Amino acid sequence: MKAAAFQYERPGTSAEACALLTVGAGLSKPMAGGQSLGPMLNLRLAQPAAVIDLTALAGLGEVRDEGDTMYFGANVTHAAIEDSRVSDPSRGLMPFVAANIAYRAVRNRGTLGGSLAHADPAADWVSTMRLLDAVYVIEGPRGRREVASGDFMQAAFTTVLDADDLLLGVRIAKCSASAKFGYVKFCRKVGEFAEAIGAVLLDPARCVRRAVIGATAGAPHLVQDIAGVLRGSQASIDAEVRAAGCDEPYEFQIHSVALKRAVAQALA
Amino acid sequence: MRNLNLTVNGHSISAAVEPRTHLADFLREHEGLTGTHLGCEHGVCGACTIELDGAPARSCIQFAVRCDGAQVRTIEGFDDDAVMQHLRTAFSAEHALQCGFCTPGMLITARDIVTRLPHLVNDADETRIRRELAGNLCRCTGYQGIVRAIQRVLRERAEMLRAA
Repeated sequence: MKAAAFQYERPGTSAEACALLTVGAGLSKPMAGGQSLGPMLNLRLAQPAAVIDLTALAGLGEVRDEGDTMYFGANVTHAAIEDSRVSDPSRGLMPFVAANIAYRAVRNRGTLGGSLAHADPAADWVSTMRLLDAVYVIEGPRGRREVASGDFMQAAFTTVLDADDLLLGVRIAKCSASAKFGYVKFCRKVGEFAEAIGAVLLDPARCVRRAVIGATAGAPHLVQDIAGVLRGSQASIDAEVRAAGCDEPYEFQIHSVALKRAVAQALA
Repeated sequence: MRNLNLTVNGHSISAAVEPRTHLADFLREHEGLTGTHLGCEHGVCGACTIELDGAPARSCIQFAVRCDGAQVRTIEGFDDDAVMQHLRTAFSAEHALQCGFCTPGMLITARDIVTRLPHLVNDADETRIRRELAGNLCRCTGYQGIVRAIQRVLRERAEMLRAA
């Protein structure tokens, strides 16, 4: 339960960090809060040649009001969002989600960007950002680019990030005052990773009606037949849960119930 | 090896560490602070919980090398802390420990609960207290004593505040 030896670097700028990642030729891992990578190193599931510590990176902890959107730097912690130490564009959804991630001691260190880049399907932020339709801001050796929420996560633990890319942050559209959400996750124990996630966002003022099925075998599934699901049509819910890849009876059942309860919460 | 400067329980420390050495091993092996316990070593059991820059953190999944410039407080650093003294008395009175392995982490989490969430003084708040405690595993007590001890401190602190 001790990590294998690794080289340690603590760059001060994102350009330096990207350069260090390039040198490692895929054998370097960026580390933000380290609350997922730390355990993986200890268990030797990950054995990178070098760990690139992002703690000292200027600007990565920044939260910026951009008018219609808000920008969250990748190093913003779950606890900062939970405690509303940073502004909330989501009318309570993000603090609610943050408060139910793992445990407080983990939330104090774990970061929004780290969780997203790690892309564990059972983690909360990948589903939440899909629901909020966040835009991912990425820096790589060829410069900066922005990626839509549907294109970021490609499969379990697999994102559009190349080995020498860094996730700088996410841009989230502000919800209107009338926005309502539902967010339901099932865990075997408080703080464990989710077995199923159902999430719904209704923001009539912005003509937004979205629902996500998360904690699947891959990327979160954005519900296509939103009208049917909001109407409570069992056939629509069944079809969406199957489209999310949850065919096995237990998975099918809990994902279906999570989605239905999230719909009920959002409509309440 | 990398050079490391940090503050542990109020003392400035300089040391050379291997990057792979986690903070708990550093505290136990280099500093002799064996009050920080190691259970699972992957961030699940909570026995290694310490205070890092004023907030609880898992020292087993934090690498020492990353703590350059940080303020670390282990269970040994709370000897004279009034809230911790109060919690220790309550843990003793309510039989909140048996073997003691989880106790250092429990106390640091408990102190965070009573200081961060002082409003949890009603019977109905037991569920929330249990949720907040979910990241610290105890295999002896069944948690009842621990929850009672935390409730006792929350109530007594609220009374002290009203009286003041």
